[in-house]
Amino acid sequence: MDVLFDIPVAGLFFQLVDYLIVVLTTNGAIILALAAPIALGSYCGLMNERSGVVNIGIEGMMIAAAFAGWFAASLVVQAFPEQPKADFAFGATPALLIGLLAAVVTGMAVSAIHAWLSITVRADQIISGTIINIVALGVTGYLIIIISSSAPPSAGKFTTFVPPQWLTDLPLVGWIFDMFLNQGPITMSVLLLAVVLQVLLFRSRWGLRTRAVGEHPRAAETVGVDVIRLRYRNVILGGIFAGLAGAWFTLDFGTNFQSGMTGGRGFIALAALIFGRWTPLGSFGAALLFAAAGSLSIAIRTVPPTGQLGEILTAIPDQFWSALPYLVTIIVLAGVVGRSVAPAAVGKPYERESAS
Amino acid sequence: MSTDDQPMSTIDRLLSRSLRGQLAVTGGAIILALVVGAVLMILTSPIITGSLDPWLWAEAYLALVQGALLSSNGLIDTFVRATPYILAGLSVGLGFKAGLFNIGAQGQFLMGALGSVAAGIALADAPSIIAIPLALLAGVAAGAAYGFIPGWLKAFTGAHEVVVTIMLNYVAFQIVSWAVSEPLRARGATFARTTSVGEAGIPVLAGTTGHELHAGVLIALAAVPIVWWILYRSTIGFEIRTVGANPDAARYAGMRPRMIIVLTMTAAGLLAGLAGAVEILGVQDYLPASYATSVGFDAITVALLGRANPWGILFGGLLLGALRAGAPLMQIKAGVPVQMIDILQGVILFFLAADLIVRWVFRLRETRGGSVDELKTVTSSYGGSTATRG
Repeated sequence: MDVLFDIPVAGLFFQLVDYLIVVLTTNGAIILALAAPIALGSYCGLMNERSGVVNIGIEGMMIAAAFAGWFAASLVVQAFPEQPKADFAFGATPALLIGLLAAVVTGMAVSAIHAWLSITVRADQIISGTIINIVALGVTGYLIIIISSSAPPSAGKFTTFVPPQWLTDLPLVGWIFDMFLNQGPITMSVLLLAVVLQVLLFRSRWGLRTRAVGEHPRAAETVGVDVIRLRYRNVILGGIFAGLAGAWFTLDFGTNFQSGMTGGRGFIALAALIFGRWTPLGSFGAALLFAAAGSLSIAIRTVPPTGQLGEILTAIPDQFWSALPYLVTIIVLAGVVGRSVAPAAVGKPYERESAS
Repeated sequence: MSTDDQPMSTIDRLLSRSLRGQLAVTGGAIILALVVGAVLMILTSPIITGSLDPWLWAEAYLALVQGALLSSNGLIDTFVRATPYILAGLSVGLGFKAGLFNIGAQGQFLMGALGSVAAGIALADAPSIIAIPLALLAGVAAGAAYGFIPGWLKAFTGAHEVVVTIMLNYVAFQIVSWAVSEPLRARGATFARTTSVGEAGIPVLAGTTGHELHAGVLIALAAVPIVWWILYRSTIGFEIRTVGANPDAARYAGMRPRMIIVLTMTAAGLLAGLAGAVEILGVQDYLPASYATSVGFDAITVALLGRANPWGILFGGLLLGALRAGAPLMQIKAGVPVQMIDILQGVILFFLAADLIVRWVFRLRETRGGSVDELKTVTSSYGGSTATRG
C-alpha cells in the first residue's frame, strides 16, 4: 500500500480513497441515522411531485410532526408515569407508540392542508409550501415557549436494535450489517421504504397512474384516472413520511423538542429528491451521500489523515462541507453533470374539462 | 357602492374594481388572521396565565399597538424594522412582476450584509462621506452578483429559480459563517463576529439609545417610488411586466425574455443586498458569524401583502415592521411570546392564498385581481425541465 501512496499526485488520490474507506466504514451507522430524516423527507416530496404537486413545505411538515410526536408522548407519560417497556421491538412503550402515531397523523394533516390549497383552491403551490413552513415554525416555536416553563417530561426514545456480534465482526462486510441493523426503528425502515416505494412506483398500477398524473394529467383523466383524487391521496400519504421524519428527531435520534430543530433538513430532502432524479432509491442514495459529507467534515476535524492529504483536507473550511449538498444540487439542476428532469406537470394545478 | 353607472372607460372601471377587490381581500385576510391569533391565545391562556382568560387577546393586541405606534420610540422602531422589509419586499415583488419567485432574498440579504461589512471594516477610519457610499455600494454589488447567479441559471440552463435560490440561501449562510469566523473575525471577541464598521455606520437622524432612527429609512422610502417608476413608467419595466405576463408574447414583440430574467434577478438581488447593507450599517454595526435573521423570508409575506406593487409593499413592510416592533411589549405585558407574529404572518398568507374563505366570510364578490393571480405562472417549469427559449 505504501508504495501506492508515495506516487506523486496519484498517490494523494490513493491516500484519499484509503481515508474515505476508513471513515465511512467506521461511521456507517451514524451516517445512515443522519441520512434518515433527509431520505424520509425526500420520499414525502416524491409522493407529491410524482403526482404533479410541488412541495417545498417538507421542512414545516417535519417540524410540526416532531413537536406533535414529542408532545403526545410527553402527555401520555404525564398521565401514566409507569410505562411498560417491551424488551423486544426497540424498547417500545405505549407513550412512544402514541407519539409516533401523533407524528404521522400530524404529517398527514398538514399535508391535507397543502393538498387542499394546491389542488382544490389551486393556489400557487410554492406559496402554499411557504405558508406551511412559516406557520409550522411559528406555531411550534410559540407552543414550546409557553409549554417549556412547566418542564414537561420526555418519554425517552426507541432503543437501537443490537445485531449479534459475530455478524458485525465479519471481515469486509461486517460494517454493513452494523450500519443497517444497529439502528432505531425509523432509521432502520428507511432503506426498506425506498425499495418498496421504488417497486410500487415503477411496477404497480398505482405507480403507473401516479406517474401518468404527474406527467400528463389530461391524458390520465381521459383513460379514467381520477386526477384530483389521486393527487389528494398521494399528497396526504406523503405526509406519513414527513411525519416519520419528524418523529425521528424527537423519538428515535433525540428525546426532546427544540424550536427550529429540523435545521433545514426539509430543504436538503428537496435537494436529495432532485439529485436522486425523482426516484426513491436515488433519493435514498443522495441522502446517504449528503449525510456522509457531513460525517466526513467531522472526521477531518477529529481524526485528520496524516501527511500531505491531511494538510489539504484540514485546510478546507467546515462550511464548505456544509454547503456541498446545496452546491451539488445547483450543479445537477443546471445540467452540468447529467440533467435531472422534474415530472412535466409538477406545479400546475389541474382543472377538469367542463362537461358542457 | 357600485361604480358601474358612472361614466368611466372599461379599463378604468376594471382597474378600480380590481384595486378595491384586492384591498378588500387583503384587509379581510388580516382581520381573519387576527381572529385566528386571538382564538389561539384564548386556547393557550390556561398555560400562559394559569386560568382560561377570554380577554388575553385584547390585552395582547393593545400592547402590540401601544408598542408599535403609540410612542415616539415605538414609531421609530416600526420604521427601522420596516426598512429592510420594504427593500427586500421590493426585491421579491420585482421578481413576481417578471414571473419569477425570488425565495433567495434571504441569501442576497446576507451577501449584501457581508459585502458592506467587509468594505465598512476596510474603510472604518476613512471619512464617513466616502466610507458610507462605498460600503453601501459593496453590499449592493454583492447582493446583485448573488441575484445574477439564479437569473443566469434560469435563463440559460432552465434550472428553476425557486430551488436554486433555496440552495443559495444555505450557501450564503455558510459563506458568511466562514468569512466572519476566518478572515474578518475580530480579535478578542467572545464569539465569532467582525469588528465595528466605524465611520461607515449610517448616521442617526433622531431618537434615543436603542430606538435610533437612522438615515437608511430614507433609502427605503425613496426606493419605493423609484421601483414603481421603473416598473410602470419605463420601457424596461414594461418589458419586465410583459415577460412576467406572457413570455411568448414578449418574444414575439421583439423582447428578449432571457435578458429580462437575468436583469430582473440581478436587480432583485441588488435590492435585497441593499436591505442587508442598510441593516448592517444602520442598525447592527457588525456582523456575527451566525447571523439570525429572517428578513429575506418575511419579505415574501411583505411582497404578497402588497400584491407585488411597490406602494403595496411599502404598506406590507410597515405592517410587518409594526408587528415586530410591538411584539416585545406584547410579550412583557400579556405574556404572549413574540412567535405569535410568525403565526399571524403565516395565517395572513394562508388567507391571501385561500381567498375564497375571505370572500365567503365577508360576502365579497369575485373580482378580477382579487386572488394573487399574478403568480399563476410561477411554478411552471419547476425543476428545470425546459430552458427558456428566446
